[in-house]
Amino acid sequence: MAILDDLKQIESQALGELASAADEGGIDDWRIRYLGRKQGRLTNILAQLPSLPIEERRDAGAGVNRVKNALESALEERQRQLLDEKIHAAARDAIDVTLPGRPLPRGRLHPVTQTLDDILDAFREMGFQVSEGPEVEWDHYNFEMLRIPRHHPARDMWDTLWVDYERDGEHPMLLRTHTSPNQIRIMEKTEPPIRVVVPGRCYRYEATDATHEWMMTQVEGLAVDEGISFAEFKGTLYEFARRVFGKDRKVRFRCDYFPFVEPGAEMSIDCFLCGGKGCRVCGDGWIEIMGAGMVHREILENMGYDAERYTGFAFGLGVERVCLLRNSVEDIRLFYQNDLRFLEQF
Amino acid sequence: MRIPLEWLSDYVDLPMPARELAHRLTMLGLEAEAIEGSDWSGVRVGLVTKVEPHPYADRLRLATVEAGDGEHTVVCGAPNVAAGQKIAYAEIGARLVDGHSGEPMVLKAAKIRGVESVGMVCSERELGISDKHEGILVLPEDAPVGTPLSQYLATSVIETTPTPNRLDHFSVVGTAHEVAAISDQAVRSPGDSYPTDGEPAAELATVEIEDPDLCARYVATIVRGVKVGPSPDWMQRRLTAAGMRPINNVVDITNYVMLEFGQPLHAFDYDKLRGHQVIARRARAGESMITLDGVRRDLDSETVVIADAERPLVIAGIFGGEDAEVSDTTTNVLLEAANFNAVSTRKSVARYGLKTESAVRFERGVSPAMPPTAARRATALFVELCGGIAAPGMIDVYPGRQPMAPVDATDKRLMQVLGVALPRDQVSAVLTGLGFDVERIVDGFRVTPPPWRTDVKMADDVAEEVARIVGYDELPTRTLSGRLPRFEPNERDFREKVRRGLVAAGLQEVITYSMTNLDELKRVLPAGELEVRPPLKLLNPLSSLHELARTTLRASILRTLSGNLRQVQGPVAIFEIAAVYWPRTDDLPEERERAVGAIAGRSLDRWGREAEPVDFFSAKGALESLLAGLHIAAEWSPGKDHALLPGRVAAIKSGEHELGVLGQLDPKIAASFELDEDVFLFELDIETLRLAAPARVVAQPVVRFPTVTRDLALIVDRDIESERIRRILVQNRLVVSARVFDVYEGEGVPAGKKSIAFSVTFQAPDHTLTDEEVDRAQAGIVGRLERELGASLRA
Repeated sequence: MAILDDLKQIESQALGELASAADEGGIDDWRIRYLGRKQGRLTNILAQLPSLPIEERRDAGAGVNRVKNALESALEERQRQLLDEKIHAAARDAIDVTLPGRPLPRGRLHPVTQTLDDILDAFREMGFQVSEGPEVEWDHYNFEMLRIPRHHPARDMWDTLWVDYERDGEHPMLLRTHTSPNQIRIMEKTEPPIRVVVPGRCYRYEATDATHEWMMTQVEGLAVDEGISFAEFKGTLYEFARRVFGKDRKVRFRCDYFPFVEPGAEMSIDCFLCGGKGCRVCGDGWIEIMGAGMVHREILENMGYDAERYTGFAFGLGVERVCLLRNSVEDIRLFYQNDLRFLEQF
Repeated sequence: MRIPLEWLSDYVDLPMPARELAHRLTMLGLEAEAIEGSDWSGVRVGLVTKVEPHPYADRLRLATVEAGDGEHTVVCGAPNVAAGQKIAYAEIGARLVDGHSGEPMVLKAAKIRGVESVGMVCSERELGISDKHEGILVLPEDAPVGTPLSQYLATSVIETTPTPNRLDHFSVVGTAHEVAAISDQAVRSPGDSYPTDGEPAAELATVEIEDPDLCARYVATIVRGVKVGPSPDWMQRRLTAAGMRPINNVVDITNYVMLEFGQPLHAFDYDKLRGHQVIARRARAGESMITLDGVRRDLDSETVVIADAERPLVIAGIFGGEDAEVSDTTTNVLLEAANFNAVSTRKSVARYGLKTESAVRFERGVSPAMPPTAARRATALFVELCGGIAAPGMIDVYPGRQPMAPVDATDKRLMQVLGVALPRDQVSAVLTGLGFDVERIVDGFRVTPPPWRTDVKMADDVAEEVARIVGYDELPTRTLSGRLPRFEPNERDFREKVRRGLVAAGLQEVITYSMTNLDELKRVLPAGELEVRPPLKLLNPLSSLHELARTTLRASILRTLSGNLRQVQGPVAIFEIAAVYWPRTDDLPEERERAVGAIAGRSLDRWGREAEPVDFFSAKGALESLLAGLHIAAEWSPGKDHALLPGRVAAIKSGEHELGVLGQLDPKIAASFELDEDVFLFELDIETLRLAAPARVVAQPVVRFPTVTRDLALIVDRDIESERIRRILVQNRLVVSARVFDVYEGEGVPAGKKSIAFSVTFQAPDHTLTDEEVDRAQAGIVGRLERELGASLRA
């Protein structure tokens, strides 16, 4: 049968060509040439089968199938060989993996922003929302409504940068010294329950040194509702400390005075550098983190809240200080000098 | 306040070592630090035997000091050193405080202007006693030479930092009450009984208060026949250890009792009081007086003075005057124990710049209940230590009397505030220990604060008293429970997306000062802008560099760029998001948030070496990345900006929203920031970006039919922007994207023309495109480009 001879010839020619196909492209061409569904030589022969006399058809069909199987398995084998060669070639021609990667531009958030994010996240997880207010403020919000009247020594706690703006012989406009005025702004327009944290820039009339800056970022917090006592106040700040400074943190509260809280407190955490044993950073094993307390009853009353029903707590902490501590930054002035060699470390 | 423990122990037994005591006081609200006397190792009492001029320096002298182990020559710069003085002599190796830096130091041998100084004569500051450094510390005459100073002054001291509300913490007895409360003791009151003789005080002088709102109470006692001289050693030592300089027995007693009770006192020479009259009144127009520092001061009608029949003698509660002061020849003394208004005191302190120990106490609000106690104590000391005879009785004018109001603290309120129901006996014991008068009422306690406490006015104050003595850490701790607040939308979230978008685009965030100065603003603002929008000015800027609230972030960014460009390998790409402050009439300024950034320098090659300089398109790529992340469809077109080079500026818009600009910085402005490389600056308005951003992303189905890509090279006029061509391309319904991949001018392209090549991708949403369909679409597009832009296909 001529067909069977043709098949034999095709088979030997195909196997020969396959052996010399050196890459994926060559193999692909080969596959199309012999096994291709449209113009493949084997396919062509298959197409001739119906025209053969009936008695030859079976043998020819079997022959075609045999050759087809042989070619397909040879193809598979050759493909495997090529992959093996590729694998061997990679091993022979190893790249130096210690060479540097291609440099890609990488942006970074300022360390103060990164720290602020962590702080806000900690409070968000406890149901606090984030709110903001103006940096240039009225004395009314920054001091008066927070029980820090004019000519009161408590004002000495906040050295103030005043705006050159006069009204009725007074200078009522200032750069806010804390984000606490937003307590008042929020209570003016909201009813309890309140859980809010207020981040933002604050300003102090203060000479700068390694631990003092005249511009700083503060997070103020406020929670007001029924059933909020000193216990919830402590618990919330304790959870904050664990989230931001590590889950094994211990906290300590001491009595302190801020005109807008009563009772007033200051929270310290045990030093995460020395484990509370005492070191150069903490001194006695404790690090002061924030001032806080129960919102002063008079403030709630001034806001028109029923102070018999509602109680609350407030707190304020400096973001730079948290970053200073967590990242062992030696000088607070580094934050706003913006030397990229410093910023790129974060 | 410096509280010598030896003094404190007169009133209360010290229940624990100084360090622990300081800690306990700190925890209960009186920040305290123990300063051990042993800090003064190597410091002894010395006698100055001789003072000679320094051979090579006019302002220095050589003091010979006998310090128990022979004589030493010490170089001394203090103006007050004199032979015969007892002083604090520090030997080589002594532990001191550096007089200039305030840091601890160890004294080393040194030649000062050519003369070896064997040790040092110390100032109070060098000993860490106080900040006084203008002269040396002079010790009482009977101080034994050679005795270690720590032993002589016996001053373990705790240094406290009282809070403004706790006047009682400005006193030794007040501090003793706190110690008593935590150690279950009663305070031993200082002795205040004394014999009297002669005419009653009330017949020897008259006291009148003209302004009861400014002087609520005036108590006076009179002691005759005092001998003015040095006060006894123990009193001088205590005053010195507390940081006050001994003067004479009369003045020292007033200071001593002030430190003891927190009630400032004043002693007048009774015989110099004209008409033997004391009047507390406002100063009259044109009055002036010479204060004890020798300065003549013009008084105004806001100032409260203590006057006699004719003239003002004292700025009340603040500073004495020369006219009726106690001197060496004084024999009869009128003692004042008065109560002056806190606000008025504070105003006078500010007006005259005199912040005295007395003023510090009055401006915090001394209790009007205190004067008789302090007057009795001081009078007893006058009799005991100055050999005087007290006139019977005291003059007590008290027009500003206010009843001590009791405070009701209900169990319910204590529980509500503290979160725990403390046993009633415990509450009662704590308050009693603090000196409160406690009465049980049906639902709680009726509490009357002791006279030295002016800060307890409501139930919550009582709660704090209980909590701080029990210990804040002993109270329960619970997490928040209860209702969550209603969600309030927050524009901050969008700004934070912008911040993160710029970081994702490869920019470094910086944070710069919000305050700037005229010079910087002038460099970046267009002419006339400062007049149209004059920046807010600070009344008391910290420096002339930071006196204006910035109306642009550009200067800050350029300064930061300039500071970094020379330090950093590779491109510098920085941004800041912050408010600018646009003044409004009689209102707070508008705080408008901007994102401003700058890119300059060279990009890095595969090996991290500096390669070609960044260009406009480096910066544009970053902003495209940002805007794509915000889902803002932005249109870029040639723009204008006073600070950016014409022909190198793009206006960025989205529909009617003008988002901002990007362009190359004017080289003159760049030079003013010492930048000589090409700088690309952008400015975006956060609020406008927010308005342009879609509220939600609308997803498009992914088309599964294959795409066909054709390259199309066109010849067009040079000034036709690629975006105009691209827009025509993508308007064809089969075109899904068109991207420029080559722009060429020069050989083979006619003058005034450019060749621009696009890679155009075709796709149908519902079937596989045939070549014929693509050909037809392409022909249509080319036709339109020819008609509308005069484009031709490049051969």
